[in-house]
Amino acid sequence: MARVVGGIGLSHVPSVGPVVDRKRQDEAAWKPLFDAYVPVRDWLSKLKPDVAIVVYNDHGADFALDKYPTFALGAAERYGIADEGFGTRPLPEVPGDAELSIHLCERLIEDEFDLTVCQEMAVEHGFLVPMNLCFPHTAAGWPVRTIPLQVNVIQHPLPTARRCYKLGQAIRRAVESYPPDVSAVILGTGGMSHQLQGRRFGFMNEAFDQAFLDRLESDPDGLAGISHQEIMEQAGAEAVELIMWLTMRGAMSPEARRVHRHYYAPMTTGMGLITFEDS
Amino acid sequence: MGLREIPDTSIFDLRLSRRGRRLNKLCHTLCDPRNREAFKADEEAYMARFGLTEEEKDLVRTRNFRGLIESGLNIYWMLKLGSATGNSLYRMGAQMRGESYEAFLKTRTIDGAV
Repeated sequence: MARVVGGIGLSHVPSVGPVVDRKRQDEAAWKPLFDAYVPVRDWLSKLKPDVAIVVYNDHGADFALDKYPTFALGAAERYGIADEGFGTRPLPEVPGDAELSIHLCERLIEDEFDLTVCQEMAVEHGFLVPMNLCFPHTAAGWPVRTIPLQVNVIQHPLPTARRCYKLGQAIRRAVESYPPDVSAVILGTGGMSHQLQGRRFGFMNEAFDQAFLDRLESDPDGLAGISHQEIMEQAGAEAVELIMWLTMRGAMSPEARRVHRHYYAPMTTGMGLITFEDS
Repeated sequence: MGLREIPDTSIFDLRLSRRGRRLNKLCHTLCDPRNREAFKADEEAYMARFGLTEEEKDLVRTRNFRGLIESGLNIYWMLKLGSATGNSLYRMGAQMRGESYEAFLKTRTIDGAV
């Protein structure tokens, strides 16, 4: 039987991509961020997940606003690298797990989550930066199979935080009903506090972010009651991406043990990191 | 329900998205390197293809990023326009804040993480 063995909440700041591609991780401004992932990768090498379910949002690379799904799940053998408008990063295609994707689609839709199913999908920084940080690729490719889950956190109305949390709970049930012995980790990406437009560009709120991390660990059900309005007012309009962390948390048991936690906010985004392991 | 206004903040809802559809459609095509070259070669012809209003064209011509956001261009699609016109996120951000790039960098904790 398949299991969800770990969960990771992490930011997906796009500037991390070129830092990885140009091997600038040891520069003073970036080192604190990259150092925080060393113990996370050690932990992952012990968990040995077969699959990473990556909950993320596309930023206008593969999804356009003419038709914009609320929840879109990848169901492909592989995912190409999208050009976001800055050129295509030199990364290998990302392997999928089409069988598990199909199973998730069947069970989640039966469980009343009416997903858009994507047989072709190209991924971008929302997906790739977390992969760079947690599952670096080598000449042989990426070390895990992946399932991308794209969430609308851009064009309001967005799904509620509680809906995202419940989707995580449904993902756990769906994974656990998959007969093959597969272990999965789930990544909830985006945030934390940031605003990228208007006069309030550059706004951050570390106190909000730290409290979010506290509650994600100790009171996820209560945290799922947070409104978009509250997140956007207190942490910036683009911080609403944080609802995707609740999908990750919903896929872990309420009593899951928190393993790592880190926070770094040098420029315009509170870059958080938190990991959970089910006992 | 719906969202209440937040000071100095654009809330990208369906009404704003409808308003900005021409701008967002144009910017989406800039994900293709051939289109980026075509845009750079002749901005006016490129804008005409997407039926931008004269007001929208002026916002692009003058690189008025705050005005573009207020006209419904989503920040993530505006980044593609920024890339095609040599304006990084932080340069666009400084303009939206109403300050110079250098002044903006001074407000950051560690301004080297760019």
